[in-house]
Amino acid sequence: MSKGMLIDITKCIGCRACQNACKQWNDLPVLPTPSQEGTFDSLETDAYNWTRVGFHKVEINGKVQWRFAKRQCMHCNEPACESACFVHAFVKTPEGPVVYKENLCVGCRYCMLACPFQVPKYEWDKAFPLVRKCRMCYDRLQEGMEPACTTACPTGANIFGDRDELLAEAKNRIKNNPDKYIDHVYGEKEVGGTSVLYLSDIPFEELGFRTDVTTRGIPQYTWSVLKWTPHIAIGWTAVLTALYMYTKRRVDADEEDEH
Amino acid sequence: MDQYTRWTFRMTPYRVVLIALTLLMVGVATYRLLFGLGAATNLNDEWPWGLWIGFDVLTGVALAGGGFSTCFIIHILHKKKYHSIARAALLTSLIGYLLVMGGLFFDIGRWYNFWRPFFYWGHHSVLFEVFWCVSLYTTVQVLEFGHILFERIKSEPLKKLFDWMLPGLFIIGVMLPTLHQSSLGSLYIITVDRLYPTWWSMIIPVFFLTSAVFVGPAMVTFEGWLASKAYGRNFQAEMPVLTSLWKVTAWLLAFYFVLKCIDLTYRDAWGYVFNGSFEANMFLVEILGFILLPLVLFLIPSVRNSVGGLVTTSILVVVGVVFNRMNVVFTGMADAAGGHYFPSWMEWSLTIGLISAGILVYCFVVENFNIFHEDQEAYKAKLKKEKARAVAGGGTPVQA
Repeated sequence: MSKGMLIDITKCIGCRACQNACKQWNDLPVLPTPSQEGTFDSLETDAYNWTRVGFHKVEINGKVQWRFAKRQCMHCNEPACESACFVHAFVKTPEGPVVYKENLCVGCRYCMLACPFQVPKYEWDKAFPLVRKCRMCYDRLQEGMEPACTTACPTGANIFGDRDELLAEAKNRIKNNPDKYIDHVYGEKEVGGTSVLYLSDIPFEELGFRTDVTTRGIPQYTWSVLKWTPHIAIGWTAVLTALYMYTKRRVDADEEDEH
Repeated sequence: MDQYTRWTFRMTPYRVVLIALTLLMVGVATYRLLFGLGAATNLNDEWPWGLWIGFDVLTGVALAGGGFSTCFIIHILHKKKYHSIARAALLTSLIGYLLVMGGLFFDIGRWYNFWRPFFYWGHHSVLFEVFWCVSLYTTVQVLEFGHILFERIKSEPLKKLFDWMLPGLFIIGVMLPTLHQSSLGSLYIITVDRLYPTWWSMIIPVFFLTSAVFVGPAMVTFEGWLASKAYGRNFQAEMPVLTSLWKVTAWLLAFYFVLKCIDLTYRDAWGYVFNGSFEANMFLVEILGFILLPLVLFLIPSVRNSVGGLVTTSILVVVGVVFNRMNVVFTGMADAAGGHYFPSWMEWSLTIGLISAGILVYCFVVENFNIFHEDQEAYKAKLKKEKARAVAGGGTPVQA
């Protein structure tokens, strides 16, 4: 059964216990945060921060309010990074997480260009950098545990489970509270569906989510073109060979006429 | 002794500068390989691809496209009247691809793993196809050059072997670039909804392939003109051949423009052309200034038949292809990527140094091998004379 996470933005209080738990479990270094104007908002994930809670000051019914949106890898059902990797270093596991086999990585960074959510990040400070991103604590999952971030969440804003059940739960919450939630489970259809699902009471674009994304799996776009490669290679070689022999014969005949 | 038996390399002030730039590049490259991309470049999480991939690789491969298109016309279609430019086109293409391979090598983060794609087949990646095709095609071009090399080094059996391989190499040497020139465009299909819609398209591979072919004659003209300046050759004599070859470019410029219009209509994207945004204006400059303008110029007989006119028109086409690739990599992605990127001095230095090294290699090869065809008859006569002299003297021909 494919696992996933459901993040209910209306329940998040912005405590960032998930960030802490992620750092601890994954043994990520603690580095000084670059100073930003205002508060913590708009800090992106990076090579050493695989999840981050975005702080968003929004206006709801004329009242200024805060909303907190935890961001990390979306664990796409059809990951663009997996299809982009020419050594198969990214793999969508049957359990749900998209994991990275670091010893295979060449460092071309096409995955970073490919990801529709700009998730893979690079260790720019290293001589031989790796691509880093959330792996939904794949190692914990294999031991029968939940991801570190969901265990740390004190409000139940971030829960772990089977993706199908989480999706049903999300739809249930919308159905039971139609005035509270907007009618959109982010991740249900985006880029062909993602293992991470979001619920919100304000439109997702106000929280910095891309809502202009396709609902088709991104690898399908590439494959619909790339699949022609062997046919073109064989067909075009045959045409070239025929052209070569035909024109050569004609030129040879012309030369004979001249003599 | 005559010039064909001894290796020579003339020193000029220009070449001293080029050698200095090459040496600087070697230093920068060493620093980058030891201390990593973050230390040497301004690349960042928003801009994982920069000058080296955008210019050295994507643009470099396109500009080297003169090799495979002229190979197709001369060796596959046997259009013999263009024979005089065949070797020069092969040489610049070969050097171009070697520079691309160099640029690519410096850009990969874990360069000791460069061989992995040969063994771990990520066949669903466009980059996998590009990697294989570019590697194989560079090899094919090196083998094609063997025919020129062993003519110069005078090893009859080896030259015969390489001559025997030529027809096969020509055919593969057209097929492979057809695939990867288009695939370099396919790389950006994955940026759906992010690359600005005037450039993103499911048929971006067709646009990349078409422009790689039409830049060929323009590049051959431009390089031929530069070579004629440098070596005091009569460029006027090559004009009829180049103008004739340029017809391919003219037709394909028209095809490119029409296909762009059909594509924009089909995707209902005309709104993105005229919305006054930076991207839209850059696209208009690209199409009006570098597709339509050179096409119109070429259609004027007095322009295409004059050296200045044809060379200027060619430069427009070459600049246009550079402009297009830069637009795809930078202009069109800027809004979706966010953040900032401008190449560091080391990135510039490596790019400039690679080009300098390429020019130096070109000069060396042109001065030591038989590249320009019009010298070829004279060269054959010289060989014959030498042989006769050697036979008369009772010895064997002088070995290089």
